[in-house]
Amino acid sequence: MLDFPLWKKGWFWGLTLALSVLALPSLFSLSGARWPAALPDPEVNLGLDLAGGSHILLEADPAEIVTQRLRNMEESVRSTLRRAEPQIRVGDVSTADRRLSFMVESVADVDRARQLLEPLLNGEGLVREWDLSVVDETRIILTPTDAGLDAALNAAMDSSQDVIDRRINALGTREPTIIRQGDNRIVVQVPGLQDPEQVKELVGRTAKLEFKLVNENALPSDLAQGIVEPGQQIFPYAPDSGFAGQSLAVYRLGGIDGSTLVRAQASRNQENQDVVVIQFDQQGGNRFAKLTSENVGKQFAIILDGEVISAPVIQDQILGGVSEISGNFTPETAQQLAISLQSGALPVDLTVVEERTVGPDLGAESIRLGIIAMMVGSIAVVVLMIATYGRFGVYATIALIFNVLMILGIMAAMNTTLTLPGIAGFVLTIGAAVDANVLINERIREERKRGRRVIAAVENGYREASRAIFDANITNFIAGALLFMFGTGPVRGFAVVLVIGLFTSVFTAVSLTRLWVAGWLRRARPQDLHL
Amino acid sequence: MKLLKLVPDDTNIKFLKWRIPFYVISMVLIAASWGLVLTKGLNYGVDFAGGLNITATFTESTEAPVGDLRDRVAGLGYGEPVVQRFGEDNQVSIRVPLPESAEGNPEAAQAIANEIVDELQTNFDDFRLDGNENVSGKVSDEFRQDAALALIAAMLAVALYIWIRFEWQFGVGGLFALFHDVSLTLGMFALFQMEFNLQSIAAILAIIGYSLNDTIVIYDRIRENLKKYRKMPLPELLDLSVNETLARTVMTSLTLFIALIPLLLFGPASLFSMVAAITLGLFVGTYSSVYMAAPILIWLGVDSHSFVPQESAADRQEKAARGEV
Repeated sequence: MLDFPLWKKGWFWGLTLALSVLALPSLFSLSGARWPAALPDPEVNLGLDLAGGSHILLEADPAEIVTQRLRNMEESVRSTLRRAEPQIRVGDVSTADRRLSFMVESVADVDRARQLLEPLLNGEGLVREWDLSVVDETRIILTPTDAGLDAALNAAMDSSQDVIDRRINALGTREPTIIRQGDNRIVVQVPGLQDPEQVKELVGRTAKLEFKLVNENALPSDLAQGIVEPGQQIFPYAPDSGFAGQSLAVYRLGGIDGSTLVRAQASRNQENQDVVVIQFDQQGGNRFAKLTSENVGKQFAIILDGEVISAPVIQDQILGGVSEISGNFTPETAQQLAISLQSGALPVDLTVVEERTVGPDLGAESIRLGIIAMMVGSIAVVVLMIATYGRFGVYATIALIFNVLMILGIMAAMNTTLTLPGIAGFVLTIGAAVDANVLINERIREERKRGRRVIAAVENGYREASRAIFDANITNFIAGALLFMFGTGPVRGFAVVLVIGLFTSVFTAVSLTRLWVAGWLRRARPQDLHL
Repeated sequence: MKLLKLVPDDTNIKFLKWRIPFYVISMVLIAASWGLVLTKGLNYGVDFAGGLNITATFTESTEAPVGDLRDRVAGLGYGEPVVQRFGEDNQVSIRVPLPESAEGNPEAAQAIANEIVDELQTNFDDFRLDGNENVSGKVSDEFRQDAALALIAAMLAVALYIWIRFEWQFGVGGLFALFHDVSLTLGMFALFQMEFNLQSIAAILAIIGYSLNDTIVIYDRIRENLKKYRKMPLPELLDLSVNETLARTVMTSLTLFIALIPLLLFGPASLFSMVAAITLGLFVGTYSSVYMAAPILIWLGVDSHSFVPQESAADRQEKAARGEV
């Protein structure tokens, strides 16, 4: 038990020093000093509660995905059957009750329709995305499968994450975190001094841009009551468009949308208004040119996320696919809209369900107070340990120092986050780590009292105490792991420190001290223990 | 140098003599805690209640104008705000429930937050906004459920572990001690109306870990003594085990306590309720290991035969390892 071959000594010390060195960059930056830039710098991230910044949790509504898929499927079905030779006529199309149902006008066409639709029903990797059934001989019903919906939601969330990533990065902030959580959520964390409003504007906006022709003859009284002619739709003006409270009727079909946009940039026009200049790709440009040339003198609405931002009159045909969006912007709102458009539209609407912002002053103060409290606590523990166990207390103290360094080092290497509760976790770990030494030392005292010789007492002390230390750490690990699984943000930071601390404290408080005690026993060969 | 000895050698305190009165007291305390939780309720923070929470410092004042703040925020008409002093005398947290109309509507919620901050910024020159949280009802419901689940799962999982490592009686004893600790901690939150949030759950899980640590050390010694003194009556054996581990119990509780005290006294304000709960849990947990976890073994019928089969097998293995067949 007290024999340490050289290789074992080697790797104990190697591991200890390697992990401790990893903590140095973090220690430097936590104490405000500068770490030489030339050296590698794995560093512990500071949580938002320490660094200041914003945490935003966004959620997509899965029901919206269902609606979208039904709408897209309806279009695919219509165009597929229209293009069939000979054309297959359908009627009574409905997307109610989460399914697409329609009648094929002639019974003879039903089988042919089935065959034509078959390729639409499978997604990537031959996942069955739709179930097709025929009822009453001529009615075809398409129901989205759960697998298909899951895949669609997953794809929508992945691409939302990319879009948000592009938008936040366009702000030029330092180290934002954008990760998916669960099936339909995305967490956005932006550390440092930031205007949370700006971040929220950016990530929360769907940025779906549409250009639609206006029915200039619609009566304001009808619009107010929501009455429109078939094939038209009412959109309200955006609150800051200058026409708040008013609405426009537009033609459903014949417009174009922003999906073919390749560039968007904030700018100023000749009248010194803030505008966003957009550029379509070749195909979009052609369609835009066609739309404008056919409708010179007519009004068209620029609709963003379901609200009209402006409705200019088409002066002339617009060639080259470059257009300008005006809409009562300030330089900031123009810039934000440009970023949103440039990064593409979100495939689903995202709602903010949780938001936390911490000012940077508070975080800095918390770190200072937390570190002072931790130092004072540690010194008190060290004094008590040395006063009680003498030489064995000194070993426990050195082990404790390595313990703290190793936890920080592992956290830095694993790129985890230190939070305010995490500091409490450090304090708790310091208090609990010496428990192992207390158990061992008390046991050695006991064994000596029973008259065992020094070597046997130390050996027994370590062996008998190890059992309880092991069991206690396993149960602590269970509690810590559950906290990690369930906890979010700051609380998770607490669990991280606690769990890493369990491993390092068993190593430092048991293995390392045993190494040192064994070395001392061999060198000094004491006949009695001052314990 | 003379070394410090907090507990004299060979103590022989009859802890278990008082087990019945202490059990009665503990039962009363558990019942009182749940009574408080059910009648007074827990002061849910924004994590569990949902709504808006604004923290602020009045940088030039020695004391935050709590009453004035309450009136001003209430005057905006979003219901009765909870204004609490938070850390220093000049720091406050203001919690406002969200009206139905703003639920799940982040813009409305943000508009309300802005309105409150504007109102306070115009009226108090030294108002510094430190933080702003906004949790929707849906998310706070999930947090509550997850928290309850995590606590229950943690208690059952560790009890199961003890059962596997010891005997079923020990598992039940450990679980019961944990139930005692968690109940009393919740009772304290209800009694002092301290804010109950995600951090409080972290505190309770830390208490579970610590309290069990203590229980295991005593149980381990009980197991050892059960093998050693086959003929000793159980109450006496439990007393012996508690006394033998007493020095360690006192020392460990003390080190944890002195490590936590500075954090409690001058640590960051937002950690106060968490650290306070852990500190209280430290005492409750130490007490419960001695007076809840140990005596229950008597009533559950542990005796010296409990570990006989395991012991002989383990012994044989050990002997074999040492080569003395």
